[in-house]
Order: sequence, then structure tokens, then C-alpha cells
Amino acid sequence: MEMQTTVDGCEACPAHHSGNLTKLGVNMANWDFVVALAGNPNTGKSTVFNALTGLRQHTGNWPGKTVVRAEGGFAYGGHRYKLVDLPGTYSLLSTSLDEEVARDFILFGRPDVTAVVVDAARLERNLNLVLQVLEITDRAVVCLNLMDEAKRQGLCVDERRLARDLGVPVVPAAARRGEGMPELTRVLSDVATGRTVCRPQRIQNEPPALRKAVGRLTAQLEEAFPNVPNSRWVALRLLEGDTRIMEAVSSGELGDLNRTPRREEEVLA
Amino acid sequence: MNDSTANQRPEELIRLAAELRWEVGSNFHDSLMETLYSNAAQIADRAVTRTGEAARFDLDRTIDRMVTSRWLGFPIMLALLTLVFWLTIEGANVPSAMLAGLLIDSIHPMLKSSAGAIGMPWWLDGLLVDGVYLAMAWVVSVMLPPMAIFFPLFTLLEDFGYLPRVAFNLDKWFKKAGAHGKQALTMSMGFGCNAAAIVSTRVIDSPRERLIAIITNNFSLCNGRWPTQILVATIFIGGLAPAHFAGLVSAGAVVAVAVIGVLLSFVVSWGLSRSVLRGEASAFSLELPPYRPPRVLQTVYTSIIDRTLIVLWRAVIFAVPAGAVIWLSSNILIGNVSLAEHFINWSQPFGLLIGLNGVILLAYVIAIPANEIVIPTILMLTVLSARLTGLGEGAGVMFELDSDAAVAQIFASGGWTLLTAVNLMLFSLVHNPCSTTIYTIWKETRSAKWTSISSLLPVGMGFLLCFLVAQIWRLLSG
Repeated sequence: MEMQTTVDGCEACPAHHSGNLTKLGVNMANWDFVVALAGNPNTGKSTVFNALTGLRQHTGNWPGKTVVRAEGGFAYGGHRYKLVDLPGTYSLLSTSLDEEVARDFILFGRPDVTAVVVDAARLERNLNLVLQVLEITDRAVVCLNLMDEAKRQGLCVDERRLARDLGVPVVPAAARRGEGMPELTRVLSDVATGRTVCRPQRIQNEPPALRKAVGRLTAQLEEAFPNVPNSRWVALRLLEGDTRIMEAVSSGELGDLNRTPRREEEVLA
Repeated sequence: MNDSTANQRPEELIRLAAELRWEVGSNFHDSLMETLYSNAAQIADRAVTRTGEAARFDLDRTIDRMVTSRWLGFPIMLALLTLVFWLTIEGANVPSAMLAGLLIDSIHPMLKSSAGAIGMPWWLDGLLVDGVYLAMAWVVSVMLPPMAIFFPLFTLLEDFGYLPRVAFNLDKWFKKAGAHGKQALTMSMGFGCNAAAIVSTRVIDSPRERLIAIITNNFSLCNGRWPTQILVATIFIGGLAPAHFAGLVSAGAVVAVAVIGVLLSFVVSWGLSRSVLRGEASAFSLELPPYRPPRVLQTVYTSIIDRTLIVLWRAVIFAVPAGAVIWLSSNILIGNVSLAEHFINWSQPFGLLIGLNGVILLAYVIAIPANEIVIPTILMLTVLSARLTGLGEGAGVMFELDSDAAVAQIFASGGWTLLTAVNLMLFSLVHNPCSTTIYTIWKETRSAKWTSISSLLPVGMGFLLCFLVAQIWRLLSG
């Protein structure tokens, strides 16, 4: 009643516009899009997660803080987003439990966008994971976090060059100070709604023998599962004898992974 | 589309993959990784330019060389811990006395008189005001000040990036004990909360090493036990030293107990990995994160909200039933003697044998839900069994307590000695985990066997340790 009008007052204020971020905490029912948060350990994923959702997931300066998947929500531009904080990993080869959790979510959880949080001061090592994520999904955004630390170390990262080389949007940020978070939400929503289409860089220059085998397998895969967006990566996993992927192929689960955005009509309208 | 071809294709695909696997050769995984790495290096090289000197990075290295050095690493670790406890002990005294004055000296009599004014029956008044309220007031005044100082300090160390260095220093020893190096991390988390640390053992992949980490985590002193350690050390150990050294000596005693806990972790891990959980230690790489200047205000705020208040709230919740149980057990009489006294008299010989007493044993039974309330319970039961005049207002009433000196007086009249205090500190370190932790162990292991071992092994060890200390103590002093 009286309370109601004060809440509505916010919306009437000229400083407020519908694009503003609303932190939803754990209240994430009826989400329109799912955003996965991946990255190396100790790059500030949980800090980004907290900044976007308003939650206070415990953060700490040590690798391996997040062992369970944390989920939260935010609203932006009229859509509701569910944000999933994945455990930090150096790769997605599923040699350990946390790598498997992260890999399986990015592949089978079908997030609408995967945000890879990277440490700007240790770009080369962090890019190993980014490239692996881009092999699996083409809907990705790179959050170039810890820019303040990189600057202190005398490093200058050219985010435009990086975005061009990777083929996905790159957002520089310093999540601990909240810098770059508005840009990140905007870019996430652009990719989720299809306003921005990514053309990710795929790994090049593999040995010729391998390329031939992958080519044959990829062709077969695309025939069996015409909608799979990452047939080349699946082919490589099959060659390596990855049991989880073989299962997904045999059961036909792989065919369900064609990720056209949910509620497409609504988004385009 | 026809169903049979759709079903055949996947099988064909897998056959083809198996066939091609022979053609590409066994080292294709390596060459694939090489390609990935060189791609990453190329892209990073194009995007990053180095401007100016990397002064910060060199400073990081210098600090690292010091805090992880062979000779300085451990002394620095102990000095930092001692500093944290010293600040906690010195800083907590005054606010603790103020809170006790407010909650126990002022509000309690007010509640008593208003209960009398509305004609509340004596037993309800006793149960609610003397039992439940006083237990809660006690927990707040004893626990809030040390926690409000200790947690922010500890969190600042954590945010700065010091804990992984601790893990780095300890890693070698865990490996020698046949355990996983990451156990150093989960052990450090146990210094906050054992239940949370047991969830965090998920970072250890090998089930054998994970079980070792779970069973030994209880040897990390947790939130609930720091106040007990700090209070007992302040009264008994600090009291032995000249006044201006008292804080430092008490802090040293607390650090000593924490170090004994770490040593026990090694010993028990070593024992387990050579008996029931035999196996080789697996290797892992630990990345030392860069030092980050902590965001002081934010850290203080979140550690007070997220840790101090949550832990305090939990303690208050558990204090409610415990307060009721304490009051009831000291007011229900069987043949003129209360239930509490029956238990205390019955367990006294065993208690004395292991250098404790019946009161402490009963307090640990009552405090199984939460370690936090051990000290309030002990104080109340001591008053009761010593039948102090002028301190307790009646059976089961927690008394006025405005200074550590008053607590010391109560302990002295309850027949406490330095041995009792030392053994109480040891027993507080080595006894069964709290009920939340036991439940967490069950949830994580799904095994009644390992849950029981994790719960009973420390109690047995605690009794044994206290017994040995008591015998040696008496031999030397008598």
C-alpha cells in the first residue's frame, strides 16, 4: 500500500531506466537466460558473481575457493538471468572432478552465455581455458578481470585486439571495485538475446594426420546431429575416448544440444 | 527420418572414432595441447604490451621468498598467529566486561523483577530468565568481542593471500604423512569452521586422501573453540606471568595449542595412511596467488556480517535449549540431590584421573550441539557444585561476572588447578566434532563407519592425551 508507492517511486525517477541492473540474489525463478561463469582459479569469479547478483558468496584470495556450484540471479533490460558460478579450472579436459563439473555444465547445461573470467595479468595461461571454452560453445564473453592489478604490474592489455583475435566480446573489468560490471551485463545480454553474434576463434595449425581424422569424424557427426554447434570438438573428444561424450552420442543426448535461444520470438519482438 | 538409421549412426560414429584413434597415433593428445598452448601464447603476445618496470611483481617475489623460506617460514607463521591472538585477547577484555555488565548485571535483575511483578510461577521464571536468558547473555558477552576482532583479522590475512603460503609451507609435511597437499588448505579452512572445511575437502580427488582430510580436520581449532582457548589461557596461563606480559603469554599458549593440533593432524594422517587408509600421496600443483592489498573496510564489514554474526547466532540458538537443560538438570532433584550433581559425582573419579573433573565432562555432554557454549556451561555448573555463597543466586543461575578475576575466583573455589586448565585446553582441541560437523561428515561420506570413526577417534585420543598429561604432571610435581 504505502510501501508499494515508495517502491514504484524508484521506477518513476528520471535516473532510472529499464536497462539498469537489478540484483535478484537467490530469487531467480522464471529466468529467461542462463549465464555460466567459468575461469581459472583465483581470477575473481566469485567476486564477479557477487557484484552481479548482490549475493555474498564467500570470496578469498586462494585458488579452489568455490567447490560447490553457486547460483544467483539478476535482471537487466527486461530479462531475468540465472547466473551459475562454476568451480575454477585450468582446463576442461575433465581430468578431475571440478573440471568435469565445469565442462559438463558448459556442454550439457546449455547456458545461453558462458562468461569466462580471466586474469589480465596472466593472460597467456588463462587463454588456454578460454580457447577450450570457445571450442565447446560459440556464445561466450571474456571478462578481462583484475585490470587494476595488471596495470600495477606495468602490463597494458589491448582488449580490442583480443576481442578480434578471439572472435567474442571482451570486457575489461576490476570486479573488486565494481569497475566494468555495467558493461559486462550489457554485453552478456547482447549475446544472450542474439543482438551480438560471436564468431569464435577455433584452434588452428594442428598436425595434418589429425586434421584428416577430425575432418572425417566431423562430417559424420554433422550428418547424424545436424544442429550440433561444436562438432569438431566432439570429434576430438571421441578420438580421445572420452566416455561421457561417447555416452552422449550413443544416447542421442548430443542432438538435444542445439541451442537456439529460449523464447526466441519474445526476444526478437 | 527413419528410426533404425538414426539408431545405427551413433554406433557407427563410435566405431569410426575407435578406428581413427589408431591412425592418429597415441601422442595426438600432446600435440593437440601443444597447438592449444601455442595459439594461446600467440594471441596473448599480440594483446599484451609491457610498459615500464614490473616493480610490484618483484615485491611479491621478495615477500614470497621470505614467508616460504626454509628458515623463516615457520617462525613468521607463528609470529603472525601470535600477533592476531594477542590483539584479540588485549582488545576483547574491555568490551566483554561492558557487555557482561549490561546483559547480566543490569538486564537480568530487571527481567527477574518484572517476572515477579506479573506473577510468573517460580519454575517458569527460573527456566526462562535464569536458564535460557542467562545462557544467551553469557554466550553474547563472552563470544562477541573476541570474534568481532579475530574474524576480521583472520579474513584480512586470507584476502592478502597469506593462507596459500601457509599451505605451501605445510605441503611437504602432509606429503610425508602420506596425505594430499591440498589438506593444508582444508586444514586452514578448519580454523574457521570444521563443517565448512569438510565440505571443502571436495577439492581432494582421491577418496583415500579425502577421508584422511575429513577425519583429521577436527584438529583445527574452530570458531567455537577459539573463545574457550582464549578465555582459559587468559585466566590461568596469563595469570602466571607479570601483568604486562600476560596478554602475550596467553596468546602464546593459544598458539601452542593450535600448533599441537596441526602436529596431531600430521601424526593421525600418517597413522591412517599407514594402516586403514594405505596408499601413496598424489601430486598436485599449488598456485601461489599474487598478494592483493585487502579492502579493509569491506573485509571488516563482510567478516562481521558473514562470520561473526552467523557464528554468534548459531551459538545463541544452541544456548537456548542448553540453558534450559542446565537449569532443569540442576533443579530436578532425586533424593535431595540434583541430576547434575548426580552426574558430576558419578563421573568425578574418572574426571580427576584424566586431570579434568566431573563438571567439565558434564559440560561437554550438554554442549555436544555446539562447542561455543562449553565455557558458560562449565562456569554455571562449577558454581552449582561448589555451592558458592554470594555468587550464584540459586541453583542453576549463572552469576554476575564482571571481570576475568571473578571467573578465576570461581574456578579456584571449584578446585581447579593449572593442570585442569591445561587439560581443558587440550580436551577442547581433541574431542568429538560438534553435531553440525558430524552431520556434514555423514552427508559428505554417506558412511556410518567413517562418520563414527571421525567422531569417536578424537574423543578417545582426548581422554588418552589428558590422562597422560595428568600422570606426567603429577609425577613431576608430586
